[in-house]
Amino acid sequence: MLKLILQRLALAMLTLFAVCILVFSVTEALPGDVCTAYLGRDAQGTRLENCRQQRGLNKPAFERFSDWGAGVIQGDLGTSLKRDKPINDMLANRMRNTAVLASAAAAIGIPLAILLGVFAALRRDKPLDVGLSTGAIFAMTIPEFVTATLLIFVFAIQLQWFPAVTTVRSSAPISELLPNIVLPVITLAFVMVAHIMRMVRSSMIEVMAGDFVQMARLKGVPYWRIVWYHALPNAMLPTINIIALTIAWLLGGVVIIEQVFNYPGVGTLMIKGIYDRDLPLVQAIALVLAAVYIGCNLLADLASQALNPRLRTAR
Amino acid sequence: MNNQAANAETLMHVDNYSLGYSNSKGQLVSVLRNVSLQIRKGEAVGLVGESGCGKSTLALSMLGFLRSGSQVQSGAIRYRKQSLFELPEKELAKLRGGRIGLIPQNAGQSLTPTMTIGAQMIEALMLHSELAPSARPSRAIELLGLVRLPTPQQMMDRYPHQLSGGQQQRVAIAMALAGNPELLLLDEPTTGLDVTTQAHILELLRELRQKLGTTMVFVSHDLGVIARISDRVAVMYAGQVIELGDSGEVLRQPAHPYTRGLLASIPRLNQPGLPPSMQGYPPAVGSVSKGCAFAARCEHCSPICQDLDLPQRNLAGRQVKCHLDDEALRQRIPLRSVEVEAAELGDNLIRLDQVAVSYHKPDLLERWLGRDKQIIPTVDGVGLLLRRGETLSLVGESGSGKSTIMRAVSGLQPPLRGDISLGEENLNMPVEKRDGQLKRKVQMIFQNPDASLNPRHTIAEILEQPLKLYFGLSKAECRQRAAELLAQVRLGEHYLDRMPAQLSGGEKQRVAIARTFAGQPELVLCDEVTSALDVSVQAAVLKLLKELQRDKGVSYLFIAHDLAVVQAISDQVAVLYQGRLCQVGPTGQIFNGAAHPYTETLLDAVLQPDPDHQPILHSDDVVEASPPAAGCPFQRRCPRNLGAQCNEQSPPWQEQAGNRIRCHLPIEQLQPSTMIEPSQRVAVG
Repeated sequence: MLKLILQRLALAMLTLFAVCILVFSVTEALPGDVCTAYLGRDAQGTRLENCRQQRGLNKPAFERFSDWGAGVIQGDLGTSLKRDKPINDMLANRMRNTAVLASAAAAIGIPLAILLGVFAALRRDKPLDVGLSTGAIFAMTIPEFVTATLLIFVFAIQLQWFPAVTTVRSSAPISELLPNIVLPVITLAFVMVAHIMRMVRSSMIEVMAGDFVQMARLKGVPYWRIVWYHALPNAMLPTINIIALTIAWLLGGVVIIEQVFNYPGVGTLMIKGIYDRDLPLVQAIALVLAAVYIGCNLLADLASQALNPRLRTAR
Repeated sequence: MNNQAANAETLMHVDNYSLGYSNSKGQLVSVLRNVSLQIRKGEAVGLVGESGCGKSTLALSMLGFLRSGSQVQSGAIRYRKQSLFELPEKELAKLRGGRIGLIPQNAGQSLTPTMTIGAQMIEALMLHSELAPSARPSRAIELLGLVRLPTPQQMMDRYPHQLSGGQQQRVAIAMALAGNPELLLLDEPTTGLDVTTQAHILELLRELRQKLGTTMVFVSHDLGVIARISDRVAVMYAGQVIELGDSGEVLRQPAHPYTRGLLASIPRLNQPGLPPSMQGYPPAVGSVSKGCAFAARCEHCSPICQDLDLPQRNLAGRQVKCHLDDEALRQRIPLRSVEVEAAELGDNLIRLDQVAVSYHKPDLLERWLGRDKQIIPTVDGVGLLLRRGETLSLVGESGSGKSTIMRAVSGLQPPLRGDISLGEENLNMPVEKRDGQLKRKVQMIFQNPDASLNPRHTIAEILEQPLKLYFGLSKAECRQRAAELLAQVRLGEHYLDRMPAQLSGGEKQRVAIARTFAGQPELVLCDEVTSALDVSVQAAVLKLLKELQRDKGVSYLFIAHDLAVVQAISDQVAVLYQGRLCQVGPTGQIFNGAAHPYTETLLDAVLQPDPDHQPILHSDDVVEASPPAAGCPFQRRCPRNLGAQCNEQSPPWQEQAGNRIRCHLPIEQLQPSTMIEPSQRVAVG
């Protein structure tokens, strides 16, 4: 187990390094930089020179990269070129906000998805299953921003239950954020539930047809006990990795959703960063997202090891 | 026992019971037809028949369980006064696992993989006993001890996959006993287990029956199991009980032509040579709805057999369903034996010299530390010699390295050390490095034709592939050659355009054999080629293999767990334990001459379809994870272990008339006559 974790961590380091280089070179290859974006039409002559001088942009690319890299290793993600503030401080609150959003979506979505998947499997090809499965495909095909817009139209504009866009600062306490996350969470959970539900459904159907489930019936185990104790833990094994992938997808989805709802999370910050050509900021966020992504997958592997006695215990 | 049973009350009534299921076309076809059977308290009844005859379906019906798509067409099944199919689900659940217990086939897949043995035992006690929650764990441990599991306390925390097949079966028995059942249904309880394990499990069941007086219904295709344990036997064919009577009488003097053919086609240790085969194949499930289902294969078939419903005949307490008159049914028909001329033995074809195989691939770290030299290989020191036209069988329990040796010869798992050669050519390289000609010369027949034939290819495509690959024949030539190949395996040309799914198991295996011979191989590797087949079909396939060997002069490297099959087909036998050779010799010597203690252990554990035969158990059915580091590989289980000598020194090879034994005991003491006195043996029953 420990060996696996160490192996995966070493691999994660390599991946993160590759991500850094990739993001850096892509941003570098694009025409323009933070100064041209900031100065706009005035971006010429000495003003541009000065601006670049000030921000160290005239140093060779390799030097800039290694300076930044050295900082990252020490836990310093660098300084925003646009705002001249430490990125660490800028990210702290944003990270918290995005975490609140994503974990609320996961906390509601995953159990709901499992529950729906189980019922769809047990009522296979009956109206409930057909309804749920069709709904899932529907949910998966609609882009999130369409769902978001529809939700805003119904619940924010027509019914006025929840705010349409977030107006609180990024450093606001969680209690102030809460009413703002309802619609984004629903939007995020929508697609996630669909994905996980379909996986749980097919896995559950397979397990319910298994020998040990039939044997449990022939041992006189009551139906619902079979479902929850005998079948579901086995059906979950192949599903865990899908859940991890969906959580990772959540991170991508978050960027769009936050933008739609103007939610003060990492996603909106990233889009601002890209718009401003704020290379260190974009890179820092990409690094953090990649780390979370890798972390999710590692957790999923560990979870499936922990849940699967075949992997956990030697023969 | 029988008189007692006859007077005892009836626990289970099966009255004129017919069961149908809807096939893919939506038609209702009969799986069971007019079955009547009474199970009396205290007796053991065997349900015997080939795959698809409905024996498991009948057993599950006795639990009130119907597979989805099935429905009762007529009749009823009653447990005591209760009609099972009229009971509410709740009442049924109380019976199942409670008063009526089931011991499933393949216990490994019937235990929930994510629950510990303890959790599943306690669940059974929770559902089916009055015990207080605090008393359940100790009762569970007690039950695990009752089925003779070593260290029952530790078993509680284990998961099913951590147990050996025999241990899983014991757990399944303990779980069924948790409900304190009055009736136990055993669905192929020993199928898939090693000979020794099988004998041990049967001994346990016999003992439990004596101790607890439980009524038992045994479902098995293996007449050896039935002979050992049941008082009465019901022989089933295509959904009907065609013969029912005292199991000793039925096995000694079968009346129904099918029972006679079935008994005759079983290879037996005390009758060397190939058993006679029954013609044809069992009908597909539900394909016969009137008359006698066996008519198409029966030698005594007359026109009325196919049209008229079978009369129930009563011959001195035996029930037989057949149109033959009493006289014909009572007639004793001597068993014929089939002689196939042996192939002429040629020069040496394949030689294995000090072959060692390991599945462990040392990683970088181990190679740096030099640990790769310390690996104990799965198979070690194997030397074998096989001539052209000869059959060599590898024998041993699961884990003995039989398949590993076959994988090494086929190039799927190249040897770690030693040499394998085919004629003048070296076979050490993996299969992907062998050239086309070498690949052609070594071919393989697999155990399960369902898995080895591509279900999307027609038989013609399956057979033409090797022809194109090895001989580059044109389309027309291929087809003609494919038809010839089919003729060789006694299948007509019309099979060419069929799909594997349209063939029966025996026909599929014939196609697999035809494909193997398409390459005109010199060596054919046969891995359990008949174990997925019914007995009545097995005999015919064995005969076919023997005939092909005679005609083509090929050599067979053969693996079978059934020792009687091995005896019927082999010229030479090699006995393996833990990947090390114990004994190699001519078949006659192995089965009747001097024997290694392990060979003796195996042979004496064999169950025979003979009510007068008793297996003898020499050692525990312990499963060893790896061979001991020094001394004889069999030391831990050997009933004749000499102590330090066996545990520390590698035993020497001794030879007598071509029979080579690797043992510290002098060969004179390994003769059949000098074996342990019967009184010293752990006799069963």
